[in-house]
Amino acid sequence: MSPTLLAFIVKELRHILRDRQTLTILLLMPLVQVVLFGYALRSDVRDVRLAIVDPSPDYATIALRDRLVAARRFKIVSVSPSMTSVEPLFRQGKADVAIAFEPDFAGHLHGNGPAKLLLAIDASDPNTATTMQAYARAVITSYEAEVGAGLNQPIRIIPDTRMRFNPTLESVNLFVPGLIALVLTLVSALMTAISLSREKERGTLEILLVSPLRPWQIIVGKVLPYLGLAFANVLTALLAAWLIFHVPFRGSVLLLLSESLLYAMVSLALGVLVASLTTSQRVAMLAALLVTMLPSSLLSGMVFPIASMPVFLQWVSAIVPARWFIVIARGIMLKGVGLDYLWRETLVLLGMTVVLMGIAVRSFKPRLE
Amino acid sequence: MVQNAGKRFGKTEALSGVSFEVNHGELFGLAGPDGAGKTTLFRILTTLVLPDTGSATVLGLDAVRDMWKIRSRVGYMPGKFSLYGDLTVKENLSFFASVFGTTIEKGYDLIAPIYSQIEPFAERRADALSGGMKQKLALSCALVHRPDILFLDEPTTGVDAVSRREFWDQLRVLRDSGLTILVSTPYMDEAMRCDRVALMQAGRILEIDIPTEIGSRYPLPLFAITGAERYRLLLELRKASHAHSVFPFGAELHYTDDRAGFDPEVIAGELREYLDYKGFANVQVKSIQAGIEDSFMELMPPPLQKAS
Repeated sequence: MSPTLLAFIVKELRHILRDRQTLTILLLMPLVQVVLFGYALRSDVRDVRLAIVDPSPDYATIALRDRLVAARRFKIVSVSPSMTSVEPLFRQGKADVAIAFEPDFAGHLHGNGPAKLLLAIDASDPNTATTMQAYARAVITSYEAEVGAGLNQPIRIIPDTRMRFNPTLESVNLFVPGLIALVLTLVSALMTAISLSREKERGTLEILLVSPLRPWQIIVGKVLPYLGLAFANVLTALLAAWLIFHVPFRGSVLLLLSESLLYAMVSLALGVLVASLTTSQRVAMLAALLVTMLPSSLLSGMVFPIASMPVFLQWVSAIVPARWFIVIARGIMLKGVGLDYLWRETLVLLGMTVVLMGIAVRSFKPRLE
Repeated sequence: MVQNAGKRFGKTEALSGVSFEVNHGELFGLAGPDGAGKTTLFRILTTLVLPDTGSATVLGLDAVRDMWKIRSRVGYMPGKFSLYGDLTVKENLSFFASVFGTTIEKGYDLIAPIYSQIEPFAERRADALSGGMKQKLALSCALVHRPDILFLDEPTTGVDAVSRREFWDQLRVLRDSGLTILVSTPYMDEAMRCDRVALMQAGRILEIDIPTEIGSRYPLPLFAITGAERYRLLLELRKASHAHSVFPFGAELHYTDDRAGFDPEVIAGELREYLDYKGFANVQVKSIQAGIEDSFMELMPPPLQKAS
């Protein structure tokens, strides 16, 4: 690293460290947010992807399957004789719910015992998990009542529900990944945008421009210290989540931290872009809020499940970096999956970083106009 | 050095075809009121703004093509003291030194006369400095990398009179060490201290000369008039039949007659008679040599003249 760039980074670090109030707020924010977010919003769910495990298909299991599909909430994505094939579907996020019938389901239904089935639900998003569970149980209960009435004798189906990934349905488990995304967005995009536009407003950028410093050096010098701050924030959020709420951590910490840095890079690029397109700190701040914070919290699937958004907004959410990061973070933290499952999302983030950084460096003009 | 440079922002013509040349080792002044185009001209020369027409060369380098070469060799102090208020005096200076790939030590002997005055406050944050000290720090920052040419855009705005005088003394010292300096100022007393001055007005250079010569080309007879009831005196003088312009000038009023080449003593006599008739006692009327400020007032276009 050139001494010039190093000097720039040192100067930037000093700005950050001198402004004690802002720094305190930034460092405490993840902690406060983790503590404050104790709730999440209920949501409506459609197109639940259902995996069926049916070791001995008979008329009763087929009838129940048909009813589930007829309820239009579910669509069957796989039918298999054993539970082992369902496991990978869950991990890859290709199935939301699995229903496993016990062998000779119809026999048990009409014979002496209750018929048993297992209802397994991907509960990494507790809101949707509860809703999906309620749907499935409603279909089963109505079938039970109908068949019982036709036979003039009560039958019993006992569903055994298992929540996968997030067995206690802690919504805190769900929002921590989203929270990391939010904090990273705030520190990276907002703070970089403010700090860069402050140079514009104060006129110091004018001197920096009339110097041998190249635009990329100014950008890298601006971005690196905030990357460090963002990293500290991720650690705080994770520690707080783990110590206070006992949020499980199933996957690789190293992978999550690297993915966080990647996401921070996307946000930083957005921040630089916002700053180079605006002229004052105030406008930069509002613009950064508008293009980063709002989509990151509302369109990312952090609060509202993407599946329950109108199709148009689902499309929009695809260009929100936080959406991809939240899938990654939830995958690593709650499901314990690795890059082999998350490479697509990672590639998306990587692509966004490259494109946005490219645009940011290009839009950062070496002149005043 | 500057050839017919022009710049417009939207419909406003900030600079309309300006040409001039600055000699090596010269202290060159750009004098003119706000909005004259001084800052735009500086920004073209410091490669911050592209000229719409014409061209500019700095140190023999083209201001557009050789942007990066120029940038490492010029020192620039923009209109407001652009320092990092949250960094200390020393941190500011060492940052700007590193930006140019040098250190405070390497540039110390050049900035010493200026920087030594604020060095006792090296650990103080720049925001906590007085206007004069900020100015010294800003100049030190612009000089620390030993530039070949220095651009100072209105460097004395917001600085007390004593610091202003000191500042100009220091500029002369720097000039004597061989540094080329371009400085802009709205103050005529500062323009007087330059080797040569370009008078600027509404995006044009009206005149370029050594400061004392600029007055000598004043085309009309000029008189300094003092007396009681200054304001009424001003109004009555403006009503005089051959009045070209009358401006308050310190304790005096400067009256310009519109009869070029007329014998000043005859005009002075007429004026004394006129004022006597208007009821002014003890009025002094003296024919004087025009100064740079008179020239400047004269060169201003009529509408502005009436407004002032």
